[in-house]
Amino acid sequence: MALVLNEDQQLLQRTAHDFARTRSSLKRIRALRDGGDALGFSRDLWRDMAALGWAGIPIPEAYGGAGLGQVELAVVMEELGRGLVPEPMLSTVCLGANAIVHGGTEEQKREILPAVASGDTLLAVGWAEAKSRFDPHRVAVRARRARDRWRLEGEKRLVLDGHVADRLIVSARTAGAESDREGITLFLVDPRAPGVSVTRQSLLDGRGAAIVRLEDASVDDRSVLGEAGRGGHLLERVIDCAAAALAAEMLGSMSAVFEMTLEYLKTRKQFGVPIGSFQALKHRAAVVYTEIQLTRSAVLGASGALDAGAEDAADLVAIAKARASDAFLLAANEAVQMHGGIGMTDEHDVGFFLKRARAAEMTFGDAAWHRARFADRHGY
Amino acid sequence: MTDLQTFRAEAREWLLANAPASMFEPVTSDMELCWGGAKTQYPDGVRHWLAVMAERGWTAPSWPREYGGGGLGKEEAKVLAQEMRALRLRPPLIGFGLTMIGPLLLQEGSEEQKRTHLPRIVRGEVWWCQGYSEPGAGSDLASLQTRAVPDGDSFVVDGQKVWTSFADRADWMFLLARTAPDAPKHAGISFLLLDMSSPGVRVKPIRLISGYSPFCETFLNDVRVPRANLVGKPNDGWRIAKALLGFERTMIADAFKEDRAKGDPLVDPARDHLGSAGGKIADASIRERITQTKFDERCLDLTIARIRETQKAGQNPGPESSILKFYGTELNKRRNELLMSILGPQALGWEGEGFDPTELRLTREWLRSRANSIEGGTTEIQLNIIAKRVLGLPD
Repeated sequence: MALVLNEDQQLLQRTAHDFARTRSSLKRIRALRDGGDALGFSRDLWRDMAALGWAGIPIPEAYGGAGLGQVELAVVMEELGRGLVPEPMLSTVCLGANAIVHGGTEEQKREILPAVASGDTLLAVGWAEAKSRFDPHRVAVRARRARDRWRLEGEKRLVLDGHVADRLIVSARTAGAESDREGITLFLVDPRAPGVSVTRQSLLDGRGAAIVRLEDASVDDRSVLGEAGRGGHLLERVIDCAAAALAAEMLGSMSAVFEMTLEYLKTRKQFGVPIGSFQALKHRAAVVYTEIQLTRSAVLGASGALDAGAEDAADLVAIAKARASDAFLLAANEAVQMHGGIGMTDEHDVGFFLKRARAAEMTFGDAAWHRARFADRHGY
Repeated sequence: MTDLQTFRAEAREWLLANAPASMFEPVTSDMELCWGGAKTQYPDGVRHWLAVMAERGWTAPSWPREYGGGGLGKEEAKVLAQEMRALRLRPPLIGFGLTMIGPLLLQEGSEEQKRTHLPRIVRGEVWWCQGYSEPGAGSDLASLQTRAVPDGDSFVVDGQKVWTSFADRADWMFLLARTAPDAPKHAGISFLLLDMSSPGVRVKPIRLISGYSPFCETFLNDVRVPRANLVGKPNDGWRIAKALLGFERTMIADAFKEDRAKGDPLVDPARDHLGSAGGKIADASIRERITQTKFDERCLDLTIARIRETQKAGQNPGPESSILKFYGTELNKRRNELLMSILGPQALGWEGEGFDPTELRLTREWLRSRANSIEGGTTEIQLNIIAKRVLGLPD
């Protein structure tokens, strides 16, 4: 398994690095938050990102994409994570496009994927519910068969970028009990259709998410994504891809907040010396550095395993997301502590990273969730 | 067939024809292997295996033939190692001679030193030990006080070494001694080779909290060391020592990897000692700690693999490697803590009845593992190194 980037991937990394640095900034992130922007990101910037091919990374070339893999996705996500760039990579590409690539019919792919790759169509996947916590198989939303259509009833929560999506993908139970892995079906839903209402949720990190209410919303058979009743498996696979990509984004974010902290340790003086000369802080900085290095290995391992279709890919994703969750929180918490009082102020950027660390931890399962699932899978 | 394929076939055939049957049997610890030396008696099979392999120079396959080595190229040496592994053959010889002082002499030694010492290492005639640490010089190794005073064509060495592994069985020691007492501490140290049978050398074994240990104290009283046994230039010993210390660190990080290859050493004892409920280990907190340990181990393995790949790709190896010793040893300590939690009261045994051999071994290993983060550069020193060299934090 390749744990170092090849030349093409290094080139992609430089492009993404420069783009994130020159086209976005923490000042922009702050302005988006303070301005109460309805989108929470820039559609123009998203089209530019799509023009670079990023919206089409996992989309095959036949559907207008770049036909690249999870490692390339990770490379871009890491660089975007460094700048906390909020454009909808995770929702539209990692979740939405991947769901259609892995589960869609030829017709669905032709209709949707090219417009996703060009940056014109935004997708959102609604799988979480009020009681689902991190479990994508715990589905209370129901889809009833009524003549030749399906009627959806229930409520999805924390639908990433659901407030702006042009197409929604929602999971609903078509058979079985509430926690069964089988009996779940994914549906493509038009957010403007009768019976569908979308309400934006306000999250601590300023990213966009929505509650999607389905009140007798009606869809036809062509809106079924993947095999009916087997959506739980598809969802699991898609969430694994997205979790690996999110871990890469978190790697970039934790690296950035750690670099800010290091800079502060070298310049902030107390008792007449830089505070970074104190061994108590040096050792803690070295521990954070070590955790970031371990996270990098785990992210590359998981991304490569997904691309290779390795048997233990799901294990490696669990390891990467668990490590990224713990390491990002450590880096962000240490950043606030080492910055002292200024780190507690809203004026300083370090708080943006702390908030993102918590939000990212809780997206696609925290460390404890992934450890428990790993143990379940391995029968102990 | 390419030359390498021919070499592989011939090597395999020769190994099968010449290795005694007992050399295919697995070992449970390093101490069942051959360390060489004049003071230790080895079983016939071990002696024979050493003799035939040394005859071909295959105890040190890549060393030059003129010094008794096998003279194999990098690729051939790799093939030989692969074949030995595939046949599950024991190495004919291990120890500091092959891994530390030999390679060092090849790089830094005089022609005379190479001709004197290397063939004897190859033949397993000499067990080497390392005389670095002193009672007053642990983490601050450069403050060592053992003195070597020039006197005619010798140095007269006085001082005390500690944590000398196997000093009681070693024939020779490579050591650091102060030759310029008034120079800055790093600039006044020389690297010497000492015959342990010299008058004035006294060795006392150290017993650890875990019981028997290979460690010793070594007392040096007016010991005469010929000037010919100075490696490199006078007062250049620190540079040489650093190279070797780095090597020791990677060896320690590596050592923990092998242990883990066998089965599932955490889940099985947890089931035995804590029971299962519905297939799950009955104690949820132990189950969580086991998984955490597995995750940490996988991350460490991936990091080791990543650093190797980076080096192979010819990219700058990068400072990442400095984290391995720190993280690997701390992880091993946590793992031993976890095993004690799993054993519960069965962790209480020291020897005798009421405890099975595995339980007794694990308890001793837990105690011994406390030293992982001390030997070869403490965790605190590793963190200092990361902070200074990698992160560039100020002094």
